[in-house]
Amino acid sequence: MGNTAIEVRGIGKQYRLGAAGGDRQYSYKSLRDLLAEIPRTLFRRHQAQAPRTFWALKDVCFDVVEGEVVGLIGRNGAGKSTFLKVLSRVTDPTEGRILLRGRVGSLLEVGTGFHPELTGRENIALNGAILGMRRAEIARQFDAIVAFAEVEKFIDMPVKHYSSGMYLRLAFAVAAHLEPEILLVDEVLAVGDAAFQKKCLGKMADVSQQGRTIVFVSHNMTALRSLCTRAVWLNEGKVMEDGPVATVVDHYLQRNATANLESRWDDPATAPGDHRARLHLVRVNVKNADADRVTRETPVEIEFQYWNFVPGAVLDVSMFLYTLEEVCVFNIASPYSPKPAGLIRETVHIPANFLNAGSHYVRLFLIQHSATVIVRHSHAVSFEVEEGERADGWYGRWIGAVRPDLQWTCEFL
Amino acid sequence: MTWAILQPLFTMLIFTIFFGRLAKMPSDGIPYSLFALTALTPWTFFANGLTTSSNSLVSNANLITKVYFPRLAIPIAAVFSGAIDFLLTFALLMMYVLYMGFWPTWKILWLPGFVLLAVVTSLGVGLWLSALNVEYRDVRYTVPFLTQVWLFSTPIAYPSSMMHEPWRTVYGLNPMVGVVEGFRWAILGSGRPPGGMFFVSCMAAAALLTTGAFYFRRMEKGFADIV
Repeated sequence: MGNTAIEVRGIGKQYRLGAAGGDRQYSYKSLRDLLAEIPRTLFRRHQAQAPRTFWALKDVCFDVVEGEVVGLIGRNGAGKSTFLKVLSRVTDPTEGRILLRGRVGSLLEVGTGFHPELTGRENIALNGAILGMRRAEIARQFDAIVAFAEVEKFIDMPVKHYSSGMYLRLAFAVAAHLEPEILLVDEVLAVGDAAFQKKCLGKMADVSQQGRTIVFVSHNMTALRSLCTRAVWLNEGKVMEDGPVATVVDHYLQRNATANLESRWDDPATAPGDHRARLHLVRVNVKNADADRVTRETPVEIEFQYWNFVPGAVLDVSMFLYTLEEVCVFNIASPYSPKPAGLIRETVHIPANFLNAGSHYVRLFLIQHSATVIVRHSHAVSFEVEEGERADGWYGRWIGAVRPDLQWTCEFL
Repeated sequence: MTWAILQPLFTMLIFTIFFGRLAKMPSDGIPYSLFALTALTPWTFFANGLTTSSNSLVSNANLITKVYFPRLAIPIAAVFSGAIDFLLTFALLMMYVLYMGFWPTWKILWLPGFVLLAVVTSLGVGLWLSALNVEYRDVRYTVPFLTQVWLFSTPIAYPSSMMHEPWRTVYGLNPMVGVVEGFRWAILGSGRPPGGMFFVSCMAAAALLTTGAFYFRRMEKGFADIV
């Protein structure tokens, strides 16, 4: 530890928008137009029309220490992939400079350079060579690659006959067995089934334990949290935040979550629903002296109000609590019973010390006769559960969808 | 494999029928079919190399935008991928030469030099066109036209002895003139030994390669962004 592996100093990357010639509709320049321009420019002074440009990256600076695993996060179009392209020298930055110490391996796309007509065996050699492996290295790793990709039976078959899963597994396996000092990985972990993804993440963890430097892009916050030590949050081409992974990811999720404690519709004619029932209000009631902050120690009530237009209709609210990572924490329905016509309030009480810290949001169905969905709302309210006081010595993030206080017993036998 | 042989063979056949028989084109006292095939062997290699390399960057766009490696490798590989085909055609040519009763002399030792000249020319033009093709996509439509014009401005169907000094030397500005004349001289012993015209051809090829490489290197940085 200690040596910087990657030094990034004031990187900027500018792209032109649309055609260079301003009003021209062509998506690419043509030699024909260029030749036609020549006589015109001889007689007329050439007017330099400034092309419209935008900066995909601007003033990006940071250092990565040898052996560090850095996650890049950001919304779509934040410049993550451009940044990896600049780092891997695929494209040159418009300004700034980069210093890389060590052999760089990059995996910007799974299956780059696979040739459909060649067999799996031949493609391993070809792909390995393209990604920068030496012949001896490929030969040495060959069995490991095949075993990792689980394609032993099909290795002498042209890859065009592979299933898409086999294809991706083989491509990832080749890249995973690269042994560069610096590994750059774009969003490619989302391949294969759950078991294979787990294997990929395990492989990444192995690689980082061998002291190699990894920079990778992912939208899988759980993977980031478990693999990275540090995260860099890019927003509109600039570094928003750079720090420990848990902090940066939380801030990123919060920023994109925007807590919304209440949704209401006041007009019974246009509110979501139909002639049978309409939704009036969904609200998070925080039972906390400290106003709207929800901590783990705060009991939370989620209140639903709706108009029932059919006397005696059997209605119930089915509520789903989700985390921002799209994990369903629980699904619970109000008891169904015949409801009189009029405004009805149903409230669910979530006890203190039950939810885990993180962002949560509520989906709901208003259901008639436990069969017909009258109202469906996929993002009614959202709230953030903050970490409360901690008595234990653990400052990392507790994992799991919930974190209930359960009874322990301890006996000295 | 067979295509590599059939392409120059059929061209030879057509040239022999139309230029040799019908137009009674002179061929420096060599049987016309042999005269044409000797020229077509390096020409096919050159023309294929030029065509493949000029399209090579665009057809490998997915590699260029995803992986870093020296971009020069792409057009170079495209030119050299024709080497096997060339060797096959060359073997066929030598069989035909022996069959027609020509016995190669020490002059054949010059042959690698002429092959090198063809490689340099092909690569020089390939570098120019491949880099241009990235920026101006209509370049590819000019390639078949260019090869056709080039074919007829090279002494393949006719001998360069139809030209006289000083035009002969000027003619050497087309490097393929040097290659084709060189092949005929080295294998069949016809025409003149390499002289002023050959020198001019070498200079022209070197200039093509240097400027091509220079232009390529200059454009290289932007390939991934515009390809």
